[in-house]
Formats: sequence, structure tokens, C-alpha cells
Amino acid sequence: MDIRPEKTAIEVHNLTASYNRKPVLWDIDFSLPQGQLIGIVGPNGSGKTTLLRNMMGLMKPDSGYVNLFGKKLDEVREKVSYVPQRETVDWDFPANVMDVVLMGRYRKSNIFKRLSKKDRDIATESLEKVNMLPFANRQISQLSGGQQQRVFIARSLAQQADLYLMDEPFVGVDAATEESILNLLSEMKKEGKTVVIVHHDLQTAYEYFDWIVLLNTRLVASGPKQEVFSTELLQEAYGGRLTVLSRIGDLMAKQDFPMRESEFKEKEGPGDERAS
Amino acid sequence: MKELLEFLSFSNPNVRVVTLGTMFIGMSAAMVGSFAFLRKRSLIGDAIAHAILPGIAIAFMVTQSKNPYYLMFGALLAGWVAILLIEAITKHSKLKADTSIGLVLSVFFGVGILLLTHIQHSGAGNQAGLDQFLFGKAASMTTADLKAYSIVAAFLLIVVSLLFKEFKLLSFNAEFAKISGLPVRSLEFVLSSITVLAIATGIQAVGVVLMAALIITPAAAARSWTENLVTLLLIAGFAGMFSGLVGSYISFTAPNMPTGPWIVMSLSAIAIISLVWAPKRGLWSKLKRQRQNREKILTENILKAAYHLSERRKNLSSIISLEDLQGIREFGEAELKKGLRLLSKRFLILSQNDGFKLTEVGRTEAMRVVRLHRLWEMYLTQRMRLKADHIHPNAETIEHIISPEIEEELIRELGYPDKDPHESPIPYK
Repeated sequence: MDIRPEKTAIEVHNLTASYNRKPVLWDIDFSLPQGQLIGIVGPNGSGKTTLLRNMMGLMKPDSGYVNLFGKKLDEVREKVSYVPQRETVDWDFPANVMDVVLMGRYRKSNIFKRLSKKDRDIATESLEKVNMLPFANRQISQLSGGQQQRVFIARSLAQQADLYLMDEPFVGVDAATEESILNLLSEMKKEGKTVVIVHHDLQTAYEYFDWIVLLNTRLVASGPKQEVFSTELLQEAYGGRLTVLSRIGDLMAKQDFPMRESEFKEKEGPGDERAS
Repeated sequence: MKELLEFLSFSNPNVRVVTLGTMFIGMSAAMVGSFAFLRKRSLIGDAIAHAILPGIAIAFMVTQSKNPYYLMFGALLAGWVAILLIEAITKHSKLKADTSIGLVLSVFFGVGILLLTHIQHSGAGNQAGLDQFLFGKAASMTTADLKAYSIVAAFLLIVVSLLFKEFKLLSFNAEFAKISGLPVRSLEFVLSSITVLAIATGIQAVGVVLMAALIITPAAAARSWTENLVTLLLIAGFAGMFSGLVGSYISFTAPNMPTGPWIVMSLSAIAIISLVWAPKRGLWSKLKRQRQNREKILTENILKAAYHLSERRKNLSSIISLEDLQGIREFGEAELKKGLRLLSKRFLILSQNDGFKLTEVGRTEAMRVVRLHRLWEMYLTQRMRLKADHIHPNAETIEHIISPEIEEELIRELGYPDKDPHESPIPYK
């Protein structure tokens, strides 16, 4: 099932991506609506993080492309923000909470310059939104897991984007953090922001999100949660891998085989006028 | 003393050049090394130091001069080729980063030695004295060298202060820098270039082999003392400068002593002192914390045994002999004596003729420990669903670490229980 939204925030077109030469996403193709809370849901190893990293330009796909608000990432970079998994950094770094949140204000335009009063105000406000202002001067090495997560979200808020991509923000956090994130999400939705969240827990996915993408190395479904949450589709997403598909993937990694034949050219490039 | 004054007066121009030169080198290396350290790329400093040797040799062969700027240019080129090569090998082969660093390091160093040997035997070599790049010879520093070093040091300071926040983000979370639209490749290029520059200035005085120490050691030492990046850079920079000063002083007072190795020795001394003695992060404070934990466990166990005994006698202020106490729980004799000494120092017990008795405060403290033990046993059976005969060992440890806040939460969550799973009463205040 692949339902197309009216106003598109993200368009993923025929995306194929591999990790260490092994394909983890096969011809993913879907579009996500603006102004909604969207969950990318699937079992472990289903390529959720890889999909997000491709959307953020942190990985180059083997084929296909991602458009954000109908444009290429570089044209709308300031409108897009990203919250990585908190384990991706070493928290034993000499910095305090405010330092990290202020990193959300670093721009190409303020290289060589000091941050302004306005930048500091925005960072303070972002910390307030995740209930972390009392910890502004705390060393980041002293934070609990949930507090680390909230600091990362505050840093992302400080970027003042329209589209937020978050990688597993609910993993390993305490009840206070979960509540704080949920409140924040509903507020962001009210402000018309689009939030895409990678999430592995089916139980809560239906509760948290408006729109759900079911992923298991291939696209199983994308649409409003009421449509997507059917026993049949869930079973397809969680009922194990397609054996032949993963054997093909293993073979391609072993043989150093290309994902696309070199003379094969896709007719439509990124950012073209096809949609209009 | 006279020697120290003479040294510090800087009246000897040669001493002045060498001392200032090594101080500039120490500061530059420490400054850029701090970022290499925080990015967990400490090894790259060693690789670059070895890899720039062929660059220096080729620069000399082409220009036939020892002009520090030419040599530095050669070093910069070679350093850059090495970094690019390490990146390319890691990216395009199955080799991991440490292997490709080792590979590039040894191949470049080998080529460098080859070229140096060729220069030595070509006649021009004898006055070139290029072999000093291997182990360093600070005494051969000239005024022109010093000028070059001070320019490099000033340049590095300016670059680091202008790009400080970008380097901070690059060290903490490079991917976030990328998605923020910062030119990560260019920033990495600048950071690597100033690292190569700092190393290139240093190797004449300290030598290829020891240069890595000047890059990594100051930052490693400074990290023990601070949680602030600016302070870390300052401490590292001062440690680098100070070791330059000490190294020069030692080679001044003992003329046969080489400067470079003494710089490294004094840096290592600073690092060892920092790793052991620094408050909070140091080894000593860790040992102290562990000793305090052991003492806490010992004294609380004695209090608890005393309480159990009093509970049995239904008399909280009875005199307790050591044999009675051993009957409740076995303590080593020396341990028990130490524990009792600690307890009476805190006025939790009063020594009596043939034993001791709990004071008012001691009773409260003993009750607290027993309460925590029994509360935790309740928690284990009720919330974690452990069997009643499996919970005692766990509670024996946890009772010593439960804080007043957690105690409050426990009591609330369990709804003020009055008996533990073994039907013993839970003593409240």
C-alpha cells in the first residue's frame, strides 16, 4: 500500500542503498505529508536508520533520490534538522548542555563569527521546551540517557527548521523524557512542523503518529495510520525477511556486484519538473 | 640557583633562541593536538610526523638550502599526501583505519630515511645535518628558525580562535556539522593542515620519533583537570610551553643532555601527575572513592549487626561485646577494630569496658540501614517478583547505596510497608 499525500514534505524516489556493499534498502518509493507526525516503523535491521541517513545526505544512495519540499537537500538545508541516535557521540566531551544546544545555531553564514545574543535566546528557549533549562550549565558527561536525548532534541529545535528527522528518540529514556518529547511533538504539530521519527516499537507507534511508513528492507506500506495498521501489513513487515531477497543481497556483497548496471541511466533526475 | 638565574635572565642569546623556540613548538603542538585527541585521532599525529620526513628531504634536494620555510612547505605537502592516502586506503580497501595509518607511516618513513641517506652521501649532506630530523637537535636552532616558529605559532593561534566553535562541533559530532551545512571537508582540511604545520615546526628540535608525544600528551594531561574546552586548550598550551622551558633548562645546565627527550620527559611527568592526582578524574581520587565505599560498607554492617542483636535482646541501649557481635555476623578482627574506630570517631558508638553501645545518633543510623535493607527486599519481591529466599545477597549491597531521595520514592511506591518479606518489622524513625 502506498498512499500519496496532498502536500508533500518528503519524496523518496526509487531509493536503493547499501551498507558495506550489502543492499539494505530496495527501490523504496513513497511520499510523506507536511505538518504531520510520521513514524518510520519496522523490525531491527530493516533499514530505518539507513533511510533517514539517505534523506539527510549522510549517505549516497546507489540509485534514486530524495526531494525535500520538492527541492534538493542543499537548497533547503536550513529548513531541515536531524536528531541522531544519542550513542553516535562520545558524551565524555568537555562541554556543558548549553554549549551543545548552541551548536544548533552554527551556520555557514556565521563561520569565523561569534554567536549573537539572539542565538543564545533561541538556545535558551529550546532548552525550556524540553524542560532542560535547569541543567543548562551541567557537564554533558553527567547527564542520564533521557537527559542526553532531550539535549539533542533541544539542539535540533535551535535550528528552527520546518522538517525534523529523529532517529529512535524514545529508546532507553525515562518516563519524564518520554512525556516531555510527546508534549513537544504535539506542540510542533500545532505549529505546522513536519516530524519524521524512526521507531521500532509497534505498541506505541499507533498512539504516537498520524502517518506510518512500514519498512522491512523494502517498503511494506505508507499511509495514514488507520489504513496502514492492518494485521496483514503488520505481519508482512514483521513476519521475517524475504529469504531470496536477503540471499541476493549477501551474494551481491560477496561478489562486489554493482546495484545498477553502469550504462543504465534513470530517465528522471533529482529536482526535475516531473511532478508539475 | 646561580644557573637557574642565569638561564632565566636569557642573557645568553643561544639559550634565548632555543628556549623560546621550544616553547613556541610546545604550545603549537599542544593546541592542535587537543583537537586530534578529542577526535580520537591521536595516532594520526605520529603518522604525520613520520610521513613528513620525505617531504623535508625532497625540499632540501630541490632547493639545496635549509631555509625553514622551504622545508616546511615540503613537509606540508608530504603530510597532506599521507593524510589523503590514509583516507583513501580506509575508504577503498577492506583495511581499517589503524592498519592504513601504520602502513602509510612506515612506507613514508622508509622513503624518508632512504632519501636522507642519499643526501648524506652526496657531499652536501655533511653540512646539511638533516639527520637531526630523526632525533631532533634543539641546539642547532637559528634566529631565522625562531622567527619562523613564532610566525607559525601566531598563525595557529589565530586559526584556532577564529574557527574555535566549528572545530568544537567537528570534534564532538562531525555529522551534525555536515547536516548544518558547514563545509566539513574544508574544515577538516584546515585542521589537518595546521596539525601538519605544528608537527613540521617541531621535528627539527624534537625529532620525528618523539614528536607524537608533544601532540597528544598535553591534551591527555589537560583533560584530567577540566570539563571546559577553552580551559583544556589553555592548560595543554601551557603544559607544552612549560615542558619546552624545562627541556631547555636541563640541556643548558647539563650540556651533554639533549633538549628534545627532556621536553618529552617533563611532559610525561606532567601527564602522569595529572592522571594520578587530578581531582575527580584522577586515579587517586578513584582509589579514595573506593576506600570510602569500603569503609561505608564496613561501618554500616557493624551498625546493622549491633541493631540485630539489640532487636533480639529487645533493648536498644544494651552493651554489646565483640564476641556477641561476631555471633551475629563474622568480621575479620582487624577489620572490626578499624570499623569500631571509625564509628566512635563519628560518635555513633560509645566504647564501654567490655564492648560498646550505640549512641542516639548511632541508633538512628543503624535503623536507617536496616530499614533500607528491608525496604529493598520488599521492592525485590513485590516489583521485581524475585523469590523471598533469593533476595538477601542483593539487598546486602544495595542497602549501602540508596540515597534519601530514592528511599522516599521506595517508601511511597511500596505504600509504607511495616514488615519485610521475612516478616521482620521495618523500623521507621
